[in-house]
Amino acid sequence: MNWNLFVTELVAGITHGSVYALIALGYSMVYGILKLLNFAHGDIYMVGAYIGLGIITVFGGPLALTVNVVLMLFIMFLCSMIGGGVLGVMIERFAYRRLRTAPRIAPLITALGVSFFLENSAQLLLGAQQQSYNSFSWANGPIALDHFSLPAGAVISYANVIVIVGALVLMLALTYFVQRTQTGKAMRATSFDREAASMMGIDVDRVIVVTFFIGSALAGAAGVFNCIVYQQVFPYMGFQAGLFAFTAAVVGGIGSLPGAVLGGLLIGLAEAFATGYISSTFQQAIVFGILIVVMLLRPSGLLGRAVIQKV
Amino acid sequence: MADEPDIPARPDEVNVPRVGVDEWVATHESRVHRGRLRRELDRVPTTAFYAGFAVVAALLPLVTNNGYVIRVGFDTLLYMLLALGLNIVVGYAGLLDLGYVAFYGFGAFSYAMLASPHFGLHWNTLLIVPIVVAATALLGFLVALPSRRLLGDYLAIVTLFFGQLFVTVYQNGNQISLLGFTRKVDVTGGPNGITNIDNWNLGGLHITSLNGYYYAALVVFLVVLSMMYLVDGSRTGRAWRSLREDPLAAELMGMPVNRLKLIAFAMGAGIAGLTGTLFAGLNTAVFSADFDVPTLIIVYAMLILGGAGSLGGVILGALVVNVSLEILRTPGHASWIFYLSLLALVLVWVRPWKWAAIVLGGTLAFGYAVYGIVSAVWPRGTEGDVPIGGLLGDWLDTWMIHPSNPQTIANYAYVVLVFAVLGLTLIAGWKRWLAMIPTLYLSAFVWDNRLVMEPSITRLILIGVILIVLMNLRPQGLLGTQRVEIV
Repeated sequence: MNWNLFVTELVAGITHGSVYALIALGYSMVYGILKLLNFAHGDIYMVGAYIGLGIITVFGGPLALTVNVVLMLFIMFLCSMIGGGVLGVMIERFAYRRLRTAPRIAPLITALGVSFFLENSAQLLLGAQQQSYNSFSWANGPIALDHFSLPAGAVISYANVIVIVGALVLMLALTYFVQRTQTGKAMRATSFDREAASMMGIDVDRVIVVTFFIGSALAGAAGVFNCIVYQQVFPYMGFQAGLFAFTAAVVGGIGSLPGAVLGGLLIGLAEAFATGYISSTFQQAIVFGILIVVMLLRPSGLLGRAVIQKV
Repeated sequence: MADEPDIPARPDEVNVPRVGVDEWVATHESRVHRGRLRRELDRVPTTAFYAGFAVVAALLPLVTNNGYVIRVGFDTLLYMLLALGLNIVVGYAGLLDLGYVAFYGFGAFSYAMLASPHFGLHWNTLLIVPIVVAATALLGFLVALPSRRLLGDYLAIVTLFFGQLFVTVYQNGNQISLLGFTRKVDVTGGPNGITNIDNWNLGGLHITSLNGYYYAALVVFLVVLSMMYLVDGSRTGRAWRSLREDPLAAELMGMPVNRLKLIAFAMGAGIAGLTGTLFAGLNTAVFSADFDVPTLIIVYAMLILGGAGSLGGVILGALVVNVSLEILRTPGHASWIFYLSLLALVLVWVRPWKWAAIVLGGTLAFGYAVYGIVSAVWPRGTEGDVPIGGLLGDWLDTWMIHPSNPQTIANYAYVVLVFAVLGLTLIAGWKRWLAMIPTLYLSAFVWDNRLVMEPSITRLILIGVILIVLMNLRPQGLLGTQRVEIV
């Protein structure tokens, strides 16, 4: 067995999986509270990636960075998270809020429209061509190139470490927020039963805004995480990532946060090993296969609770 | 208007029993106040409209021999067929099918494989069409099968994924081998697609001309429309609508919910497959990229604009959207449409009339003022080219500023415009009408300096905006009937 290839794909899978998990968390949170499949979520990830690119350009471009890399990464995450969060809140306010009581299909079609609008606006403003973070050539510290070696010759670059550790930190922070704070408690209550929560004095509108902000901020961060490893930014990048992340959320059990993380890692690993051992053209088919199998055998997802419909 | 007769509280229709509809809901239509024109139109049976449409459509090739117009007519008929098929799934059964164009592509590719030198098969179209329709319907059935027990959202994600997978598989299907054991076979032509497809061959009658295909599409369309008209009032049609309104209640009333979903899905897919054979027959070449998300969203926009669930609405939606998208291709025509729609927007939306006049006059004055200031302060700001000529172009040259290198500034203006429009929805009354004046000018600026140069992106942006705005303001579309809620 080729140990080197195995470790390389394992690291790639966990890296990609962390990115999917971050996006899937937002999908899952929004779905848990509004029962809305937010197709525009993947495009928030795209916007986050572009915000990161903008910060690199502001600091002199990849070849002539004027600040320390660590400081710049910090600013990139801060800006993309705030930018993504604000975008998410705006989408909720202007596109979805009026449709809370509408038939279910209305917000879904609106979400499609928002996604299409964001993708094509990005193409109009920023061009259809792929742009690159070029983190291989960052002047003071090429994080994608510096690496440490493992036994048997496998290498892990610092960029992968940043992604995996960063995603872990964000997930832990989210868990703390949801489990330990007052707002987190309100969020769980709203997700359990929106009407009852509002009767108990929870400001449901505020909870929904907070949910959209946090979920979208995670997607914005995921955009930067993805690009410091895989470099490429383009207007339609959110589509496939969003599709895979949503699959991850469904596989893990939609509405369940640990489920979203588990699903994300599973999809990321499946994708990486499919690319490494079979062919990169069939990764989509394999992820689709996982989705179908899970839906046939365990429709509520790996960690989800079966929904009992009340009348 | 005072001379209009009052609408009777209990019109005659009340005594007609309506199957499966609450009486209050059933009489809702007769309680809605309508203008005189609308009431006269309501009296004409809907079949008369369809017949009129058929006659007008049949006369089109006799009136003009402009190939481009016929071609747009053919494409519009194809879109109408697609929208009719999608209407079954989305409009009647209320299921979100996001893999719909994959069935269209499947039909087109299946026709291409059975009637082209690709595999050396040249079957008769009369044989191919039933096979393709049955195969596509079966495919739709299989795709819907895993999600039949689940909520509509899961169906949406499975079908969206299926649509993507279709494009990927057909894009890479030129080197398929069975688990690596057989030699590689070119099944789908890969990125090069399948070309040199045969024309339609109806048992010896070859359809080769554009007019021939136009009439073939018209005949297919009328057959499908009649079928839909019958299905609309049938037991299955009513069952679908009850499923859409409330799946749980439908199930409790003893309806076979799963079977209904699967029938709707398979029927929609079958119609898409049928449309695909027409597409492949005329174009004589198919590429998987034609069946990607943009096509899907365009069909959705047609369905939503006209009103999902209403046959006339679907036809009207496809006509309006496809013809507008064609007009958008030429900057000169597109600008006329754009400025006329701005005018119409103000006239329809702004009330009372006094304010509409103020907004229009204000926008004109605002434009001349901005033009005067910019040409005095920053001469290069008015030196750019006007994208169109003619009467409108000459007027725009004196009213709208055209910087010599507009791209960057127009990009920023686009972002500001988005925020300005969102802001307009937050304020009300006279403040909103006042704020409309600079917003209108800004939108004209963005249009003239950026959007009109990029018709292919602009049309997609507009489609997205149409979906968002319609769903928020008029979810029933132009001709759909509003849902009546009983609490």
